[in-house]
Amino acid sequence: MYDLKLYESIDENTWCPGCGDFGILAAVKQALAQLELAPHEVMFFSGIGCGSKLPHYLKANGYDSLHGRGIPVATGFHLVNPELKVIQVSGDGDSYGIGGNHFVNAARRNVDIVHIVENNQIYALTKGQYSPTSEKGMITTTTPEGAIEVATNPLAMALAAGATFIARGFANDPKYLANLIARGIMHKGYALIDVLQPCITYNKINTKEWYRMRIYRVEDEQGYDPADKEWAFRKALEWGEKIPVGVIYEVSLPTYEEQVAVLKQGPLYRQPLHGPTMAEDFEKTKREFM
Amino acid sequence: MTKAADKTMAPAVTRDVTLRIGGESGEGIVTTGEVLARIAAYAGLEVYTLRTIPAEIKGGHVMFQMRVGSEPVHSEGDALDILLAFNQEAYDKHHRELRAGGILIYDNNELTPPAIAGEIQYALPLTSLAKGIDFFRGKNIVAIGALVKIFGLPYDKAKAVVERQLGRRGADLLAKNLQALEVGYTYAEQNITKEAPYNLGVPEGERGADHRLVMSGNQALAIGALAAGCTFYAGYPITPASDIMEFLAAELPKVGGTLIQAEDEMAALGMAMGASYAGARAMTATSGPGLDLMIELLGHASMTETPVVIVDVQRAGPSTGMPTKTSQGDLFLAVYGGHDDFPRLVVAPLSVEDCFYAAVDAFNLAEKYQMPVIILSDFALSNRVETIPSFDMSRVQRVQRLLWTASGDGDNSYRRYRVTESGISPMSLPGMVGGSYTAEGLEHDETGAPGYDPELHTTMMEKRFRKVRTAADEIRTWPHAIWRYGHPEPEVGIVGWGSTAGPAREAIDRALADGMKVAAFFPRFLSPLPEAELSAFVAPLKAVIVPELNYRGQLADIIQGRFCMQIHRLNKFTGQAFTAGEIYRKIAAVYSEWVVPTSA
Repeated sequence: MYDLKLYESIDENTWCPGCGDFGILAAVKQALAQLELAPHEVMFFSGIGCGSKLPHYLKANGYDSLHGRGIPVATGFHLVNPELKVIQVSGDGDSYGIGGNHFVNAARRNVDIVHIVENNQIYALTKGQYSPTSEKGMITTTTPEGAIEVATNPLAMALAAGATFIARGFANDPKYLANLIARGIMHKGYALIDVLQPCITYNKINTKEWYRMRIYRVEDEQGYDPADKEWAFRKALEWGEKIPVGVIYEVSLPTYEEQVAVLKQGPLYRQPLHGPTMAEDFEKTKREFM
Repeated sequence: MTKAADKTMAPAVTRDVTLRIGGESGEGIVTTGEVLARIAAYAGLEVYTLRTIPAEIKGGHVMFQMRVGSEPVHSEGDALDILLAFNQEAYDKHHRELRAGGILIYDNNELTPPAIAGEIQYALPLTSLAKGIDFFRGKNIVAIGALVKIFGLPYDKAKAVVERQLGRRGADLLAKNLQALEVGYTYAEQNITKEAPYNLGVPEGERGADHRLVMSGNQALAIGALAAGCTFYAGYPITPASDIMEFLAAELPKVGGTLIQAEDEMAALGMAMGASYAGARAMTATSGPGLDLMIELLGHASMTETPVVIVDVQRAGPSTGMPTKTSQGDLFLAVYGGHDDFPRLVVAPLSVEDCFYAAVDAFNLAEKYQMPVIILSDFALSNRVETIPSFDMSRVQRVQRLLWTASGDGDNSYRRYRVTESGISPMSLPGMVGGSYTAEGLEHDETGAPGYDPELHTTMMEKRFRKVRTAADEIRTWPHAIWRYGHPEPEVGIVGWGSTAGPAREAIDRALADGMKVAAFFPRFLSPLPEAELSAFVAPLKAVIVPELNYRGQLADIIQGRFCMQIHRLNKFTGQAFTAGEIYRKIAAVYSEWVVPTSA
């Protein structure tokens, strides 16, 4: 186990005191230390939102991309450099709203990346508008009469889309979350870790007390079978009085990159730029057009 | 451009023939054209083709046109010398473009055209000839056989091309196709009294095959990308850029590269940026609607200083517009698109051949200046097949991005966006020990940490834009940065961009032959524009013409804004390319109005 100090960043933290993101940051560092991954061996991608600032708050390789677009950038990166562990971190608005198409396609594409979603059920950085996971009826600055749409169900969406690892954690239980993240990192293929994250400033409904009263660990339940898709669907659909946390689905299927013959020859970024075969290859290609 | 382009004042020989083939989609019209074009090319002739395809997958009218000459041809031709009509619709649609005294060839099983005085008509029973050998869908090959005979093309070359182009579909089918070719050839030999004014006489000696290529702009561009060392492509299908992706899907693995089909254009550019960020030379290609979607990421690539190449094969818009028609409507989008100001480089290839070099230049500039480079191609360039000189590999270099190297003294303060005189900062690749940082779309300091300080923003804006200045200084020294053509002391100038260079060149040849002092100035780079050179070119002119395939006159607006000068605009927005005649007529009109005759 590495020293947590290894991942300390000098950037000034701008999260609200008491924000659930602190727990997620602690869990991420804990997972890296646990897996003994040095800062230069990990590549974080994020988008825009409070939670997307996370790469700045730890020491590792980081890429803070556009709102919703972290997943494609992470995908392209990993195909070229699979030697680094690639982790995408962004909120519910970024991941399930503006980046929803990328989320669904990442799940079915099964590129070996981890997707941590800081799900606080609100747009917090823009100061309190309802998000794709805000519950129906929630009163926010843009829904003074209550949200009309039903909340999206990210776990069921990921499952339907073909994800191979789906877990849910809780920001205020960083130790447990760290284990989920570590398992996600070790999983081969796309791993979704949806994290219930209280927003102490803009979400007065889904507070840490609200969650504490409802959540339970799936693995403690009888009949726990994360390889069973039907069981996983039942768990994914559970929400309200009881909210499951833990790994709800995990199967081993070939990753996207394992199915691309050329990528088995070693990382693309290590390919010599001035290969001796350049002129030769070109002659071959050219002949087709003579 | 070709070597001939460097010989200013040398008018191109006009010994050429324009042939159009029209018929129903699914009858093999395009195959007929492509095979015939290759036979002509293989025989040593120069070929320039054009096609229109219906947006529908099945059904609809298809047109394929080819201009063939013994010297290089640079535009599609002004009027038709020969029309091959597979059916009545083809006759109705195209006959009015057949020049007086032209040749009409038609399938007399399908139509009976009226006799027209002076028009040469050849009836070919294509349908019954094909049925006669029990090969109905081979009637297009029958047509090829007949055309080969009528125009005196070498039969052995025709056979060789058919074998190569159609041989991959199995031995039985090939035998059938060769039989069809022979039936057509023999029929023409026995039944058609040759009175054609056009005999495509094959040039003396074997000119050609080994130092000329027959390809489309999209193919040239994709091959250019490979030559430039591209190993990663991400894209989303869109007409007319898709065949770049299809071509690279087959070719990239052969050079150790890979291709991924993205869920949309934003993902396509995002993936290419991620790949580049990891160290690969990466590209995406799209058309206008896709570039619209990419614009936010374009600014992001510029802000994070990520090298990436974006191809925009322009099609007629706005909105969905006319996906299978050509246009030069995306200049503003490429040069200015995006919120606030950020640097990007834009290169516009002048010809099919130049698509290759534009791709090579784009990759090297993207890598060197760590910024997005847009290649502005267009539908006409992308799809047409033509003969081009084989690529000059001495013009191909692979310039590498400036990589950071650890100082080794344990200094842990890597500054990704270090402010330098050139604007270029050494880039670490993720995984390098000591080279970690967070790339950032927010304004940031040298380390990548976000900051909104007024001085910082000023410094970083200037740093990023300084790279354009440095790039401009480099590009200025390149021999192929600007294409100039025509009179050394012109009175009227044509300033243009992209594929209008071909017809502009032929228009200038005609104007020079008429004694007009005209020259062209086509910058290949539209961002940064070669302002000093352009200024020097236009200064002594009496009039400047800017021909563009767009409504507004986008380059004209830019030049007018920069140089406060009057522009004679020639805007065509029909979805078709310019003909040489259209540009010539504009030159003649402007010349007679603005240039006072110096001698009586």
